[in-house]
Amino acid sequence: MHLDHTHPHTHDGPAALSADAHRPDGRRRALRIGLGGPVGSGKTATVAALCRALRDELSLAVVTNDIYTREDAEFLLREAVLPPERITAVETGACPHTAIRDDISANLEAVEELEDEVGPLDLILVESGGDNLTATFSKGLVDAQIFVIDVAGGDDIPRKGGPGVTTADLLVINKTDLAPYVGSDLARMAADAKAQRAELPVVLQSLRGEGGVTAVAQWVRERLAAWTA
Amino acid sequence: MTRAALLVLADGRFPAGGHAHSGGAEAAVKAGRITGASGLESFCRGRLHTAGLVSAGLAAAAALGMDPAELDAAADARTPSPALRGVARRLGRQLMRAARVTWPSAELDALARQFPKGAHQPVVLGVAARAAGLGAEDAAYCSVYEGVSGPATATVRLLSLDPFDATGVVARLAPEMDLVVGRAVEAARRAVHDGVDVLPAASAPLLEIGAEGHAGWAVRLFAS
Ligand SMILES: Nc1nc2c(ncn2[C@@H]2O[C@H](COP(=O)(O)OP(=O)(O)O)[C@@H](O)[C@H]2O)c(=O)[nH]1
Ligand SMILES: [Mg+2]
Repeated sequence: MHLDHTHPHTHDGPAALSADAHRPDGRRRALRIGLGGPVGSGKTATVAALCRALRDELSLAVVTNDIYTREDAEFLLREAVLPPERITAVETGACPHTAIRDDISANLEAVEELEDEVGPLDLILVESGGDNLTATFSKGLVDAQIFVIDVAGGDDIPRKGGPGVTTADLLVINKTDLAPYVGSDLARMAADAKAQRAELPVVLQSLRGEGGVTAVAQWVRERLAAWTA
Repeated sequence: MTRAALLVLADGRFPAGGHAHSGGAEAAVKAGRITGASGLESFCRGRLHTAGLVSAGLAAAAALGMDPAELDAAADARTPSPALRGVARRLGRQLMRAARVTWPSAELDALARQFPKGAHQPVVLGVAARAAGLGAEDAAYCSVYEGVSGPATATVRLLSLDPFDATGVVARLAPEMDLVVGRAVEAARRAVHDGVDVLPAASAPLLEIGAEGHAGWAVRLFAS
């Protein structure tokens, strides 16, 4: 069946449109998870760690949205977290939030091309170019979003809130290993985040520490289980 | 036709991927050909009377119901730069997606089926205009307007140009846009009888060359 009941003409259309849960061949498409947050908070590092944690159990691919280079895609290629054909870079015309929220055309094209060319896929991670605290992903592009901030960006960010911190399906407070050096109060960050987000989950992580990306990887597995159920 | 539908299709916020493209402005800025409002005006004027006229002719012809495949081949023949042909197809595909959701139509579905990797953007624009209940003149207006407003918006970001100055440039070109639309539509009406060869075939060599260079840059703000 088709989620898009209001457009009978597109029902038998030649290509998927936006948020349709099924591909034109009737198969369920990959779960799409967006990673947003300020520049330098650890989005690419989290994507790389997720790929390493999940690539043996899932078929996955990554779309990066670099602001003016292919740095993120090239970092992932250099680190060989996935074969090159599973990593696509989208160009955003100096406006990273537009490409993930207001005009998602290029990103939709990228996720569909990945499914066409290296599919079937279970999971596609879409990394945003890094933007301000108001940048969130359109529901037409992703099924769930992770907002990544870090302790070095100031421990008042969770208190300030904003759409990313408040509404993301998962908030990651990254680089906890740096807290002692930058004088960030982790307990306060966790409490402020809880106050902003009510029941929505928060993970404090250090990719340099022992647990690494474990908790986020587990959250992704749960989302995937719900998606395929 | 409804005038409001024209505004929807012409709106720069219509989500069809154009925001990531500068219409050649980024290459022209880097080459020092656009350094302020007057350079932007010259650039846009040149673009309007060459690539702009060609695109408007194709869009008008598609809106009149000419065979999209024939028009797509005509667009290829009028676009020497492989990089620009690729960009036109990518933007065509993105517009196709947006238009199919916005104005569901059998013609757009057929076009998407025939060109799964995208047809040239002006051709899709013409078919989208038909689906929106618009005519050839409307399609040509959308085409010339975005061909000028796209580089103007991009230049605001590239040079931190005063946005009022950039908008003034676009407004000053309005009478010339009218002229170009008139020529494009007239050619398109003739093409219905005489074939695609009578469609405008003007060219802007610096745009083509600039696009080839730009496609190879490692660091850039815009996709084209
Ligand atoms: N100390 C520390 N550094 C980290 C951690 N996660 C990422 N980084 C570093 O922070 C910098 C920015 O990370 P990156 O993933 O590129 O950020 P992005 O801009 O959000 O994609 C890089 O030098 C990473 O190695 C962490 O948990 N602890
Ligand atoms: Mg990154």
